[in-house]
Amino acid sequence: MIVAHQLTKTFKDKKRGVITAVSDVSFACQPGRIYGLLGANGAGKTTTLRMLATLLKPASGTVTVAGHDAATAPEKVRANVGFLAASTALYGRLTAREMITYFGQLNGMGDEAIRARIKQLADELDMHDFLDRRCEKFSTGMKQKTSIARTLVHDPAVMIFDEPTLGLDVMTARSIVKFVRECRNRGKTVIYSTHVMSEVEKLCDTIGIIHGGKLVAEGTLAELQTRFAERDMEEIFVKSVGGEAALAAALKD
Amino acid sequence: MNWKQIITVYLKELKDSLRDRRTIISMIVVPTLVMPLLMFGAGYVMTKVVKKAKDEATTLIVLGGADSPGVLAQLKAEPRLKLVEATSDFKKMVSEKQVRLAVEIPEGFEASLKSGAPKTVTLYHYEGEMKSGMGVGEVEKFFRGLSERTVKTRLADRGLTPDLIKPFEVKRQNVAPPEKVGGNIIGGLIPYIIIILCFTGAMYPAIDLTAGEKERGTMETLLCSPVHRVNIVLGKFLMVMTASVATIAFTLLSSSATILLGGSLLMGGGKAAAAGAAGGGSGFIPVIDPAGIIGVFAMIAPVATLFAALLLTISLFAKSYKEAQSYVSPLIIVVIMPAMMGMLPGVELDAKTALIPILNLSLVCKEMLSGVWHWNYIALIFGSTALYAAAAVALCVRMFNREDVIFRA
Repeated sequence: MIVAHQLTKTFKDKKRGVITAVSDVSFACQPGRIYGLLGANGAGKTTTLRMLATLLKPASGTVTVAGHDAATAPEKVRANVGFLAASTALYGRLTAREMITYFGQLNGMGDEAIRARIKQLADELDMHDFLDRRCEKFSTGMKQKTSIARTLVHDPAVMIFDEPTLGLDVMTARSIVKFVRECRNRGKTVIYSTHVMSEVEKLCDTIGIIHGGKLVAEGTLAELQTRFAERDMEEIFVKSVGGEAALAAALKD
Repeated sequence: MNWKQIITVYLKELKDSLRDRRTIISMIVVPTLVMPLLMFGAGYVMTKVVKKAKDEATTLIVLGGADSPGVLAQLKAEPRLKLVEATSDFKKMVSEKQVRLAVEIPEGFEASLKSGAPKTVTLYHYEGEMKSGMGVGEVEKFFRGLSERTVKTRLADRGLTPDLIKPFEVKRQNVAPPEKVGGNIIGGLIPYIIIILCFTGAMYPAIDLTAGEKERGTMETLLCSPVHRVNIVLGKFLMVMTASVATIAFTLLSSSATILLGGSLLMGGGKAAAAGAAGGGSGFIPVIDPAGIIGVFAMIAPVATLFAALLLTISLFAKSYKEAQSYVSPLIIVVIMPAMMGMLPGVELDAKTALIPILNLSLVCKEMLSGVWHWNYIALIFGSTALYAAAAVALCVRMFNREDVIFRA
């Protein structure tokens, strides 16, 4: 599971001084459930998820992933995390098999275990046709499948998805959503960030709405619907961030 | 530090780089071809041009000399000289390279050879032009011969021996062993070339493995793995070192092959080019102490480390390949300057220069190649460069741990 406690992250900017990207964010994700982090561009989703994956160090607050503290045991945290983002690309000059093997090795797996795992993943994801071709020549769908196999090679307990459907065609996006659901069904702890309302509605068990670096609302879809007296997720979102004017002002920054 | 992880990263980077055309070109193709092309290509053309210019008879205009028919006849009889008529102003003809030079024979020259009052023969030539320079050499040789014959005749007329004006002889004898001569001739050049190659060989992989990865989005993927960042940096660093050392090795191999195959051709060209008109074309291969070559390799190791770490650090800061290139390219000048200073005469190894990175290497390599081993300086240079290199590696690791550098937006 994942527990984020009062996470705060600040950056220094030459022109704008100290910027608080994430401020006092706390939440918990349970195994077998999908936690959706919903927010507009620049709301602090990516920064939050990068802190969970120990790519960034929080200015204050703590992160615990699968029982490991991110501050004291970042390597152990990463060993238990599969991180998939639009910004995590593949090595173009390696084949899909080499790519997955490399990440298996980096996770300390033995050759035999890696071979068996690749066979299993390629069966599940239908990758056999392009397993030994170089990633640079892949279609978006093939790339996405390879990336998924890369995140799953060490069978992590926690999956972090940062806008994984960004810029993908409908078919590929659907297969990702299906895959995220499968992760939940296998009992993994899943956190999923997006700015697409329909994905949140369909997929997430708990929804956290993040705005201006703060978690402004949290609950199941039904709870949020009751709280904001709206059926539609988009309306809930706009209300939770303080109306259209507040949203427009935040996007301007 | 986890060596297994470092090796995993290193082997992957090696495989990845060997599939990258740019790295292959800078690491293998250029170093293998540059020496043969320089030596065979440029050297061959030089030799040809110089030989052709030497084989051609010197064309010249003779001004005056109507009252010196004997001298004129001797000039005409000389096979290496070809007298032509002046069709326009002789100065113009020389500067337009229609003739190599013009010779002015003063009035009453032949008579003065007998009477003894010295006259002046003037050679009008084109300063700095190779063919004109060769022509002057030929004509001067002719007049020197004439002068010597005249002196002999005068001495004989007075019943004196030629020894009278030649009381002693001066003779040059080389005592330096051949490898020292070779070390001095090309000992300055070898470290210079190696230093530059060491840098350029490391340049492309260093950029590709850092800024290139950031640009392609694979850096974040890599950082998601449980490997500690120190191990990632060291794996990448080893790859950059490998490229650097491979570049040097390929250069040395191809250079030695070139020298063995076409030594005479090369040196014929090189020497003629250096000595201009007077250059001879005989084959000459400089002998270099093999221990010197090993020494150079040993001394280059800390410098390669230094370069690899610095290049990684700088290109890590860049967001894209292009940005990294614009940071790194000007550095070549910073590297070339001290390397070149090492070739200047008078810049010698002492306690001060031994502490200046790159320059110290250039100087000590020159000495080692000529068989001089100042062990205290060698230790000082190796030690100080290793310290600089260690500092650079530490800096590189530090930069890799800074998230504002890795995720610089």
